[in-house]
Amino acid sequence: MSILATSAAVPLAAAAESTSVGNPFVNIGIFAVFVGVTLVVVLRASKNNKTAADYYAGGRSFTGTQNGTAIAGDYLSAASFLGICGAIAINGYDGFLYSIGFLVAWLVALLLVAEMLRNTGKFTMADVLSFRLKQRPIRIAAAITTLAVCLFYLLAQMAGAGALVSLLLGIDGRLGQSLVITVVGALMIVYVLVGGMKGTTWVQIIKACLLIAGAFIMTIWVLAMYGFNLSTLMGAAVETAGNPALLDPGLKYGASETSKLDFISLALALVLGTAALPHVLMRFYTVPTAKEARKSVVWAIWLIGAFYLFTLVLGYGAGALIGPERITNAPGGVNSAAPLLAFELGGPILLGVISAVAFATILAVVAGLTITAAASFAHDIYANVIAKGKTTPEKEMKVARRTVVVIGILAIVGGIGAQGQNVAFLVALAFAVAASANLPTIIYSLYWKRFSTQGAVWSMYGGLATAILLIVFSPVVSGTKTSMIVGADFAIFPLSNPGIISIPLAFFLGWLGTVLSKTKEDPAKQAEMEVRSLTGVGAEKAVDH
Amino acid sequence: MAHPTTPDPAPDDQAVPGPDAGVQTVHPDDAAGEFIAVQASDEFQDLRRTHRSFVFPMAIAFLVWYFAYVLLADYAHDFMSIRVVGNINLGLILGLLQFVSTFGITAAYVHFSNKKLDPKATALRERLEATVDEGDLK
Repeated sequence: MSILATSAAVPLAAAAESTSVGNPFVNIGIFAVFVGVTLVVVLRASKNNKTAADYYAGGRSFTGTQNGTAIAGDYLSAASFLGICGAIAINGYDGFLYSIGFLVAWLVALLLVAEMLRNTGKFTMADVLSFRLKQRPIRIAAAITTLAVCLFYLLAQMAGAGALVSLLLGIDGRLGQSLVITVVGALMIVYVLVGGMKGTTWVQIIKACLLIAGAFIMTIWVLAMYGFNLSTLMGAAVETAGNPALLDPGLKYGASETSKLDFISLALALVLGTAALPHVLMRFYTVPTAKEARKSVVWAIWLIGAFYLFTLVLGYGAGALIGPERITNAPGGVNSAAPLLAFELGGPILLGVISAVAFATILAVVAGLTITAAASFAHDIYANVIAKGKTTPEKEMKVARRTVVVIGILAIVGGIGAQGQNVAFLVALAFAVAASANLPTIIYSLYWKRFSTQGAVWSMYGGLATAILLIVFSPVVSGTKTSMIVGADFAIFPLSNPGIISIPLAFFLGWLGTVLSKTKEDPAKQAEMEVRSLTGVGAEKAVDH
Repeated sequence: MAHPTTPDPAPDDQAVPGPDAGVQTVHPDDAAGEFIAVQASDEFQDLRRTHRSFVFPMAIAFLVWYFAYVLLADYAHDFMSIRVVGNINLGLILGLLQFVSTFGITAAYVHFSNKKLDPKATALRERLEATVDEGDLK
């Protein structure tokens, strides 16, 4: 999600010395209210946290509508709000292209994954992948890819958050930013530790409502200024920028044949990555039935779709009312388009609300990632591999809680270390790893009877390794002025997104490993999985309190 | 919260057979045979066919349509820049149509599931839950 926003982390850090817009005290005040309200909600929600199903899956008692809203809250990171608005304001049509990939991707989840996952799994993605294959190798591989995706995504959020929020709250300098990252991390640990999946879900629901309501009000406001005519608004954006190319594709990706190919690679990773993001998949376990899982996705699609339509108006609105030049020169660069627009429309109060929403957004996304990573470690690695299933739920949850603290500290330290780095590569890696390492195995194990353990292992490790290696040797890491390692040049691979190579390769490896496999999998397990996935027989039930 | 009809969901999650590796319950042969028999039954094969006949063509259709749009936006700049009404060009209209098709496919799938899929799946599930022993499935 944060591909756009995080790429501006470098100018952000550099600009942190300059003053912020609006009144930092108003921003901090509004944010404190949000933290206060959510803490009360989390404390209330935590009263019923008794079993592992409560802690990992919120007792499976959320309704489809609630879970759909939480999915939107989990998925729409601050980057998609700030980043896409800014990208449209500056690159026009090419910014809009992102939102389409992010939305269409949900059809993969709706049609192919969500309900079957709910019917066959329990807490984690590995539950589904290891259902009919050999437990140990599959669980280890799935837990490694889950932890990789979560950790890269988490670091990107934390680093981007530090720079972004420091700016909005007027906290300057490296020390101040580190303090902000520590506060975000500590708050997140408290939410997840105390509230578990229930608390996390409520934080995400509240945040989704605030974000979508805030964007909706600003959209109507902007549209009203241009007589509710999109064409007039776009005309005004062109006039302010003095660039008619704003309306047409190609401003960003049309530069060269390589950049065009890079866009296809990104489009592939976006559309196939979403349905394989572990923190999105885990949300499907928080509802009582597969039918509610379907409702969740449907509701999420409506909310996310509406939100991306708002960003189209907000992006062109920022382009028209503020203009690309002022946005690029403002502290925060591209990411400042939405906050600047809020300030232009509603003064310091609206800016404070929007800033608080951006902060809340980071908190909610980070909490969702942490509980997913903790569940994967405690449930897949600890309970099923290390303890070989000979453990109690109490012990497993104790491990999960400790993992939350460890991951929280890792995220804080990593986020402080990654400050000012080009963190776009972390998110690109997260999406590409999800699409290459997880999706082929998810699809094959749900739909291909012959699929074998060897195929799954080859596909997961092959996809993971290819995606990471290609990124290491891409211009994101070295070879250009904006690379992570400035001065070095070992960028043999010309594209910044590995998807176009690593995703087809992972599908191919899954097939190859299966047809070359000497051992046959248990047909009874395959039968059980297929019958369960379609009928819901024996699916995990909601916890009754 | 839970369905009143469902039997007591064991609070001890580890007692549930299924995806967990180390769970010490041996899967009874009769239950395993039961699933193979169900899988081979006409009723289940019909459900499987109904499901796949909708989701596979639909998934291929939206992916083809999405990539057609991505390729047009990437390589056919002149075509996408054709003005239709005022400042609204073909690119924006096709982009908005991606939103429309996503919402449309979502609505169509919900309608299809409610009408065609759920009745078959529910009938089969209820029959299975009635015939197979509680301990084998839950």
